[in-house]
Amino acid sequence: MARLEGHLPFPAAPADADAAEDVAPRSDFGRLPWTAFVIIAVMVVVAVFAPLIAPHSPTEQSLPDKLKPPAWQEGGSAKHLLGTDLLGRDLFSRLVYGARVSLTVAAFALLSGGLIGLAIGIIAGYLGGRVDSVLMRVVDATLTFPTILIALLLAVSLGAGLRTIVIAITVIIWARFARVVRGEVLGVRARDFVSLARVHGCSSFRIMLVHIVPNVMNTFMVLLTLHIGFVIIVEASLSFLGAGIPPPTPSWGQMVADGRSHIASAWWLSVMPGAAIMLVVLAFNLFGDWLRDWLDPRLRQV
Amino acid sequence: MSDYVLEVKDLHAHLSTRWGLVKAVDGVSFAIRAGETLGLVGESGSGKTMTALSLLRLLPAPAGRIVKGQVLLEGEDLVPKSERDMRRVRGRRISMILQDPQTSLNPVFTIGNQVEEALRAHRAEGRGDMRARAVDALRRVKVAAPEERLRTFPHQMSGGMKQRVVGAIALAPEPRLLIADEPTTALDVTIQLQYLMLLKEVQTRMGLAMLFITHDFGIVARMCDRVAVMYAGRIVESGPVRALFKTPRHPYTEALMASVPRMEGRVERLPSIEGQPPALHRLPPGCRFAPRCRYVEPRCRTEYPPTFAVGAQHEAACWRAEP
Repeated sequence: MARLEGHLPFPAAPADADAAEDVAPRSDFGRLPWTAFVIIAVMVVVAVFAPLIAPHSPTEQSLPDKLKPPAWQEGGSAKHLLGTDLLGRDLFSRLVYGARVSLTVAAFALLSGGLIGLAIGIIAGYLGGRVDSVLMRVVDATLTFPTILIALLLAVSLGAGLRTIVIAITVIIWARFARVVRGEVLGVRARDFVSLARVHGCSSFRIMLVHIVPNVMNTFMVLLTLHIGFVIIVEASLSFLGAGIPPPTPSWGQMVADGRSHIASAWWLSVMPGAAIMLVVLAFNLFGDWLRDWLDPRLRQV
Repeated sequence: MSDYVLEVKDLHAHLSTRWGLVKAVDGVSFAIRAGETLGLVGESGSGKTMTALSLLRLLPAPAGRIVKGQVLLEGEDLVPKSERDMRRVRGRRISMILQDPQTSLNPVFTIGNQVEEALRAHRAEGRGDMRARAVDALRRVKVAAPEERLRTFPHQMSGGMKQRVVGAIALAPEPRLLIADEPTTALDVTIQLQYLMLLKEVQTRMGLAMLFITHDFGIVARMCDRVAVMYAGRIVESGPVRALFKTPRHPYTEALMASVPRMEGRVERLPSIEGQPPALHRLPPGCRFAPRCRYVEPRCRTEYPPTFAVGAQHEAACWRAEP
């Protein structure tokens, strides 16, 4: 709305002028998802500087200190801020290192899955016809598999580990990227500059690379951010089910799983990593939503 | 014989659609000399754009293909050429301007990027030189302050300015033939005239042959030397602008002229042509205009009329023009 004011065909009513003043300053600064930014920033910093931030080694066991509650509870101590687990490992330190795992998996899985999806979406959308039909049926087939099941299958057949998780998640998410990107490409392809590029003798490959890719970048970035949360959840689920990162490397999903049987006596074991997963996923989703809204009007306006 | 830049002989292009085979271009012949403008006129779906795309061999694949005929560019037939060879023809020897400047430029690149890209695609030269030539290209279409324009993005420019840039890109490799597919339809009327005059001027300077596709007779009168009127995939009448305007010999041309609003005299109601153009996948056996023609004779419904010469370079495909 803010952009239209100058061009209103009617003399603006006084109320409009007020509204304009209200809208303008809020549009840029106030609408930024500060909560999400802060959570994401904290997580990134924590993951990168984990050795500096964690007070203890995440794998250091100390049986005398086992099952200590968080510091603010009776029996807790400042030495273990969020308490300790069954083997006396510091929960806070494990969370800090767990952030590393989550982010690493998210980064690699999104990079590979996203790029594969981008490439296939662009090829399908641009070439169309039979290529499109075949690729999109493969996408459909991929999307019909239950996510966790296929990831479990892969994890079992490839053996647990970081690489397996990345592959498993890649296999799941490329199709989501491919489908959305293809739709976007269909719209871009119909625009005249693509026809003109062909008139100018551009090859198909060059058109895809130079003219299509930059025009679907917005959508791609939004998809990436919206999927970070999803990937973190999948990684946590796999770790929870025992098909993820093998212990003793701490991973949030695995920590939730470990604490499950002690939920009545030592609630913090599951609740802390659970809360971390929730906060981070929520933050990335908020960020993705905001990014979509922020990029979209510009896309339409051009 | 070959002072023609472009000579199209009996061109047939078919599209296979879900309704069946569509003869989008069905035996079209015309020729354009250097410095000359041929107007291609007709209603939507008459095959104007398909004709233009056939010249560039850019019919929508795999549905469309040229089944017969020749496209001679400076005497050289383009129809049998390989895709690789065609890429060298496109842009460099034949260029095109499309209707909508809003979508003709890639929104994510600066004007400079796009003009240079067009230059680079055709000639490999140093970067500094490229910049200078891009400025020249913009200057040629009278873009003010071209050096600054190179750094702007399409959305920062007006429609008329964008269309000039599109023109600059099309003309940058100095093609022999320019196909202009309704280049002014999306522009304001005031800008339209400016743009047309500009095209005309550039054409004279470069000795460019131009195929001007439009449905606006006002533009034809201003821009073109000769006109070809298309109806349902065929050229029904062609001739010098003046002759065709003065004495249209095909009833379709006549009806089109009659439906152009005029300034003089009191206007009751604009005459219109009754009915719809025929569906291209179910053409009537005889003259395609017969169902809507007010002079229709029994013969028209069974036999397609040959093309008769009706004046100097003036031809019409109608039984009434039979000598």
